[in-house]
Amino acid sequence: MAADVLDAAFVALADPTRRAILTRLKGGEATVGQLAAPFAMSQPAVSKHLKVLEHAGLVSRGRDAQRRPVRLEARPLKAVTDWLEGYRSYWEESYQRLDAVLDDLEADERRGRAQ
Amino acid sequence: MSGVTVDTPSDTSIVLVRDFDAPRRLVFAALTRPELLSRWLGARGWQVVDCEIDLRVGGTWRVLSRGPGGAQMAHGGVYREAAAPDRVVYTEAYDDQWFAGEALVTAELVETGRRTTLTTTMQYGSREIRDAVLATPMRRGVAEGYDRLDAVLADLPPTVPAQQTERAHHAGHVHQTGKSPEEQAR
Repeated sequence: MAADVLDAAFVALADPTRRAILTRLKGGEATVGQLAAPFAMSQPAVSKHLKVLEHAGLVSRGRDAQRRPVRLEARPLKAVTDWLEGYRSYWEESYQRLDAVLDDLEADERRGRAQ
Repeated sequence: MSGVTVDTPSDTSIVLVRDFDAPRRLVFAALTRPELLSRWLGARGWQVVDCEIDLRVGGTWRVLSRGPGGAQMAHGGVYREAAAPDRVVYTEAYDDQWFAGEALVTAELVETGRRTTLTTTMQYGSREIRDAVLATPMRRGVAEGYDRLDAVLADLPPTVPAQQTERAHHAGHVHQTGKSPEEQAR
């Protein structure tokens, strides 16, 4: 995965409004007006966020000149999650060892109480 | 048991959230007592060989780990908060500076029933550093893969047919991973 694609995706995903827009788009394509409705935000403000998302390749705009519906593009999002997966699995491995340590501690306590 | 989730709520931070099937005081102990921390911290193939913790505000911590091929890695820092059993804040830096400067790590523990949710927030000096940290475990994983391959190649007789090479590779892989880090620590 090209580093610049990940860079752009990370910048785009760092903002809570943009993440909310992506969540909304998981449910299907929407117009700028529909996307602006849940936020206390003007359509131009939403359009600015959409430009960032579009630049990152996370969304695309339909050809319909009137509505220009916005839709989610899954590929860069998958690149980000794949990339995070390496980091996640590293910690999950450590935490599974921590699970085992905690099991031992609890077993020790149970033995202590039984005596 | 649900797995750990990773979030990047800002450009310079990473947040890990994980539930543990144990009361909070035990999770806190496992995070802050050297003999317990040594048993679980670190990447595959690495083991903690020395761990010192002075758990009080201004106290230091230091962990020395040994990895594949005798490689050593040391990291440590200073406690900024030490509020057992629900919150600990410390700085973290590596001797070899594989990420620049130091991170500020906040671990928060919330107990519900007898389960504990551990939320670990790591704050870095810049987005570049944060991104490098996110990418590194994967790079380490790749490096470990190459280490294993090196071991397999070293074990091979000078000339072997392709099919045997394939089998030897599998045998070497099992041999390398046959011992878990817990077993190594014992």
